[in-house]
Amino acid sequence: MEEEYLPEYGPKWSDRRVERMLGALVCAVVGLLLALIVTVFVRAWPSFAHNGLAWFGPGGSVEEQLNQIYLSGISGAEYVYTFHAWQLIWSTLLITGGAVTIALFCSLFVSVFIVEFAPEWMRNVLQPVVRFLASVPSVIYGLLGVLVLVPFIGNHLVTESQKASVAGVISLSGYSLLAAVLILTLMIAPLMVSIFCDGLRSVRPGWLEGSLALGVNRWRTTWKIAVRTARPAIVAGTVLATARAIGEAVMLAMVSGSVAFAPNPADGLIFIYEPSRPLAPTIVKNIDSLGAPPANATLFAIAAVLLFSAAFFSLAGWVARRSMRKYGATA
Amino acid sequence: MESSVATPPAGPAPGATPPRRGKDPVEGSATWQLSDRIGLVICWALGLLFCAIAVAIVVYLMIQGLTYLKPSMLVTPATAGFGQSESGGFADAFIGTLIVAVMGISIALPLGVGVAVWLVEYGRPTALARITESTIEAIAGIPSIVLALFGTVIFSSTALGFLSRTSEGVVFGRSFFAASAMLSLVALPLVVASTREGLSAIPQHVREASYAVGKTKAATTRRILLPASRPQVATGAMLGLGRIIGDTAIIVVLLGATQNFAPVGGAFPFNYLRGAGTTLTNFVYEASPTGNLNQPEKAYAAAFVLLLMVLALNAAVDVVHRRARKVGTWSS
Repeated sequence: MEEEYLPEYGPKWSDRRVERMLGALVCAVVGLLLALIVTVFVRAWPSFAHNGLAWFGPGGSVEEQLNQIYLSGISGAEYVYTFHAWQLIWSTLLITGGAVTIALFCSLFVSVFIVEFAPEWMRNVLQPVVRFLASVPSVIYGLLGVLVLVPFIGNHLVTESQKASVAGVISLSGYSLLAAVLILTLMIAPLMVSIFCDGLRSVRPGWLEGSLALGVNRWRTTWKIAVRTARPAIVAGTVLATARAIGEAVMLAMVSGSVAFAPNPADGLIFIYEPSRPLAPTIVKNIDSLGAPPANATLFAIAAVLLFSAAFFSLAGWVARRSMRKYGATA
Repeated sequence: MESSVATPPAGPAPGATPPRRGKDPVEGSATWQLSDRIGLVICWALGLLFCAIAVAIVVYLMIQGLTYLKPSMLVTPATAGFGQSESGGFADAFIGTLIVAVMGISIALPLGVGVAVWLVEYGRPTALARITESTIEAIAGIPSIVLALFGTVIFSSTALGFLSRTSEGVVFGRSFFAASAMLSLVALPLVVASTREGLSAIPQHVREASYAVGKTKAATTRRILLPASRPQVATGAMLGLGRIIGDTAIIVVLLGATQNFAPVGGAFPFNYLRGAGTTLTNFVYEASPTGNLNQPEKAYAAAFVLLLMVLALNAAVDVVHRRARKVGTWSS
């Protein structure tokens, strides 16, 4: 026994030394994040500098611009940086916004159901189901989307007359906003449900009992007291799910159609059948042109936008979660 | 708010027999207003929809997987060939997934446990602790495609050229080392969060008892706290593994572009680890109709294998949880 732990008293594992070693480890992790942020923005700078705010604006076809940028990089001629990402940004906004809205509605009902209204057996089924849906790799969702949902939309939901009406502009084959939004919803809803459930469970029982004692029924008590008290958790879950949705690349590269095109809601309902291409899949699809310096800068500029928005959302979610503590909850 | 004030309270009528003890008295929905009952129906519908989708995914992939998966696919590497019957299996992808999982988690686990121990047991200066917490949150929020791009910068630098293929001074930057290092960052937040949870669930008096018999803080952490939080560390590691196995963007950027191992010169394990390769996720991505191979049958087979791995990890997490609950929690 003595031999076993005696060396730990020695200078090799002294407290101060261990603390310093762990501290160095922690500093290394923090440093790595800083290096990542700095690297991404430094690499992205040429693209932003050449385009200014027009980077975020509309103008021209993104595909053509990316092609020009790549060609100028390998031909050795003067580098071209002109890039107007509005089509990609608009697609990201539509897909993320749609998915988060639907997922918020569904997750709220499902988590209220799990915490409050589901009978015991249903709860025991639903919780593993939610955990399973959260752990399915995105590429499997993408595969199912491509081989099941996309053909279904293309063959059954989109009518021939709709296909004909936009034939000159874009082909409607099922790779669409609708497919992307539905599958993304399925991917982020489990994340929201688990955070919402934590929040709802941590509401003080006394508050709920007080409401029930006043004769308010369980449904109203849940929505007026529990859901309102768990508001920070709901904000946190939504925001974290948004961050996840913005960064999703592979699944969207598979089902969104990967055509740089900005579906216009003003065209009527047909816009949900139109293909588009969000920011993150653009990087995946163009990864082979990383070797050309201007293309490299452009892709890093896209990554910088993703990094900024995702980090912003996840930090906001973290802050919202912390504010839950003032209710004495541990969400 | 307004409507709930206006409606008369719907409770048990005065004079009704008080609910009997024993069985939990739960108010039924019979006395509710129509709108509330519709809400409850929506709850049930969405809950059942979630279950139905999960069952559909598993059953559909199982049917497709069992139809197309042949055991030989797991041992035959992919080859160039016409049609889906001639192009071999996905042995390299399967082994690649295992390599990436082992390497990724063996970086993430010590790193994550170290960070968690520092956060819970030391955590000073407080400012650094707060910065670290938000760093971990931020890493959890970084899209993996951004991590992948960052990886191309690091591993294409000449200083790290020995970790991947180098030709004429140009570092290729794609290798198992590069992919695993970046994938470990994907798993890191999960390991940290889970380990932290385990460590902070241990009541203070356990630590004090250990100090009282003369153990140092380091010895207490190693001999008492970490063994006591082993279930949570294991859970974190398995959640991280699931994330590593399922990640595609990093693999496509830092490892993929091939469906076979591409060993580089060097001693045995290192020639493979330094070379490019593939994993199941990459194979599924490339074999899907939008990828370069377009072999949907094999994509289904590989996706089925991947899904089995994920299900096994989920089951393992459940077992660890149940066992930890059987042992019981700390009495404070």
